[in-house]
Amino acid sequence: MYGYAGKILYVNLSKKITKTHVLIEDEAKKYVGGLGYALKLLYDHTEPKKDPFDPENILIFATGPISGVMAPTGSGCVVASKSPLTGGLGVSVMQGFFARELKRAGYDAIIIEGKAKTPMFLWINDDFVQLMDARGLWGLSPERTEEEIRKQLSDYSIRVAAIGLAGERLVRFSCIVSDQTRVAGRGGLGAVMGAKNLKAIAVHGTSDLKVADPNSLLEFCKEFFIRARGSTAVKHYTTHGKLAVSVKDRYRVTLFGTTAKYRDLGTVEDLLIYNNAGCLPTRNFSAASFEEIEKINGEHLNKYFVAKVQACSSCPIGCEHMAIVPEGPYQGAVARIEYQTMWAFGPNCGVNRPDAIIRAIELCNFYGLDAVSTGGVIAFAMECYEKGIITYDDTNGLDLKFGNYEAMLKLIDLIARREELGDILAEGVKRSAERIGNGSETVANHIKGLEMSGYDVRSLKTAALGYAVSFKGADHNTHWAHVFDLNEDENCFTVQKGCGKLVKDMEDLFAVMDSLVVCKFTISVYDGYEDLAKLYNIVTGFNLKAVDLKTAGERINNLARLFNIREGFTRKDDDLPPKIFSTPIPSGPSKGASISKEELDFMLDEYYEVRGWTSDGIPSPEKLKELELKI
Amino acid sequence: METKDASLVKFMFIDVDPNRCIGCGICELVCSLEKTGNKAFNPTKSRIRVLRIPPAFNFAISCRLCEDPPCVRACPRGALRQSDDGLIMVNKDKCNGCGWCIKACNFGSITIDPDEKIAIVCDLCKQRKGIGVFPGRKIANQACIEWCPEEAIELVNRERLAQKARESTLIKLLSGSRKPE
Repeated sequence: MYGYAGKILYVNLSKKITKTHVLIEDEAKKYVGGLGYALKLLYDHTEPKKDPFDPENILIFATGPISGVMAPTGSGCVVASKSPLTGGLGVSVMQGFFARELKRAGYDAIIIEGKAKTPMFLWINDDFVQLMDARGLWGLSPERTEEEIRKQLSDYSIRVAAIGLAGERLVRFSCIVSDQTRVAGRGGLGAVMGAKNLKAIAVHGTSDLKVADPNSLLEFCKEFFIRARGSTAVKHYTTHGKLAVSVKDRYRVTLFGTTAKYRDLGTVEDLLIYNNAGCLPTRNFSAASFEEIEKINGEHLNKYFVAKVQACSSCPIGCEHMAIVPEGPYQGAVARIEYQTMWAFGPNCGVNRPDAIIRAIELCNFYGLDAVSTGGVIAFAMECYEKGIITYDDTNGLDLKFGNYEAMLKLIDLIARREELGDILAEGVKRSAERIGNGSETVANHIKGLEMSGYDVRSLKTAALGYAVSFKGADHNTHWAHVFDLNEDENCFTVQKGCGKLVKDMEDLFAVMDSLVVCKFTISVYDGYEDLAKLYNIVTGFNLKAVDLKTAGERINNLARLFNIREGFTRKDDDLPPKIFSTPIPSGPSKGASISKEELDFMLDEYYEVRGWTSDGIPSPEKLKELELKI
Repeated sequence: METKDASLVKFMFIDVDPNRCIGCGICELVCSLEKTGNKAFNPTKSRIRVLRIPPAFNFAISCRLCEDPPCVRACPRGALRQSDDGLIMVNKDKCNGCGWCIKACNFGSITIDPDEKIAIVCDLCKQRKGIGVFPGRKIANQACIEWCPEEAIELVNRERLAQKARESTLIKLLSGSRKPE
């Protein structure tokens, strides 16, 4: 089999046994790989309603069929488990170099079950798989862990995915970090790894990876490179381009390719764009534009802080903007900056100092915390403090006003260490609000338990539906429905007919992209399923049609839904945070924008209908039969 | 008439600009595909190697075509020799993969092929003909140069390297520092 490694590694930490299963070709075709395959394994190997921290819960690392070969941006590793935040699906994609190494070691996926008695790390060197003592690594940051493991095994080409202190202490939104800055962030998968006493996975692979048709692959890459990085011959024009309306941007897209944005200013460019469009959630969704945006906008950050732009494995785009604080109290702080993390600690916490935000992101990397959720949790605590729900005594002397960056940084420490107030907040906003009570539920911005990411869905109606139905909870990376709203021709303030189909199509496409695994920044470069199918066939030698991939995308989304239903999710959980319903946007360009329960219900009905689900959001038997899904 | 410093201009080798390198590793992949007979991707068989040192230092290293190369001198079996244009030639029959050349090389540019167990080193893609991956760029015979998305890899001689250093020094002096106002 080309593309696929053909083996799945199974590790039981309790019994200290490892074995390999053979990858079944039909299943590989049916679920593509990555996300699809991880979901299938998760569905088959977990029992419903088990606690995510139970040793029987499994953690899956899955590569895609195109990982490791030169396929552009095919460097993602999907991490999946039951999420400690939502109790449903926890899925996150980690880009970088880990997947390439895992594939070259000869595995399509790793399934990890059980719980080690003492801290362990897993060392995979081709066929040699061993559980190693990690007591000496316990408590170290992911970066130091990587360094120590490389030193211990004396090989710098070893790739490590590790958790930090937060994961060890079961902070519910901790993440898994590899290559210092590449993170499987959302869903709290680091805590699952911590609950298994598994500090890290170290991989080194040496085997050859062959593709079915290397010459066609080179041709494909060539075409991709030109589209992505520009040539006068190709004039791709994307929704992103339309959103950035200036003439300069049109010029940029034509001349420098569709990914110019990611290479130039990076996603931090969006801070200004979303601010002007009135969809930049500010101070825990109290407003939708930030008055001090010029202090943290993309131009400013790139001019004074970004030291280097670098890339993941086999990626010609290179979006990773490494920022270093040149002076001041946080001199020397280094972090990869992007829109979501800048937003989480910037506008969402009311902080206007880029150096403090960069320091906050660095701290998150140090402790292994999901920066988006951490920002959300701190913003929640700040609003509770300002509203008097928690007091100066509760915070133990921390003045948690919006914009107090020193308190924000202190609170990150406390959360990761689970000390004082941080111990409550480490449970995520949903559980924190349940414990704090006193009306704090009304300001807890989460869906299904996962903290909101940086789009104000009051002024982005299609995105509102995308967020509500996302199988991960409040995450934009299953749908990116905001791009429809931000399109010039659309009216993002009113609910329109047809949004159900828009969200469904996008979800299916993203499921396929996450299964291959390709980076979502290439959405404007790959021309939909046709290109993805072409790439898949070139690599694997199969003859899959575009429509087959589309069906696979739908199948994966339905399987995700089935998993969540099995965990007890219903239509009621396809909801939006209470604050979104109760508070219209008070000022700025999107002043007065709001969304009502009726509007959401209208969109949900439409979405379920397009999906072929019942009005309760349950996939109908006919649909399952059509998709060849058995329960 | 033969000049003394002919190798200064004659020896062309692969040089990487660390300021431009994004560490994507495409050069490694395309090199291994070009150089392995069985058309496989395997960075451990690449003649150019990428190195990333956290947080953001990226670089790729390939053979520098040294004067009086240490690898040639170190080989106990006389399997290596330097050709007239400076390339290190490996005699497949004599090489037994002992690795003395690896120890001698200051840059880690020469390695042992994990399958064939003989020394491998950059030969500037002698057999390859340029295809022009990016339109508007100079066509090069070397796969890594053509495929590098950032144009970070260049074929230079030592004289050109010195010129580049002078140029970049002047640019640095003229552009000033990047401190916030």
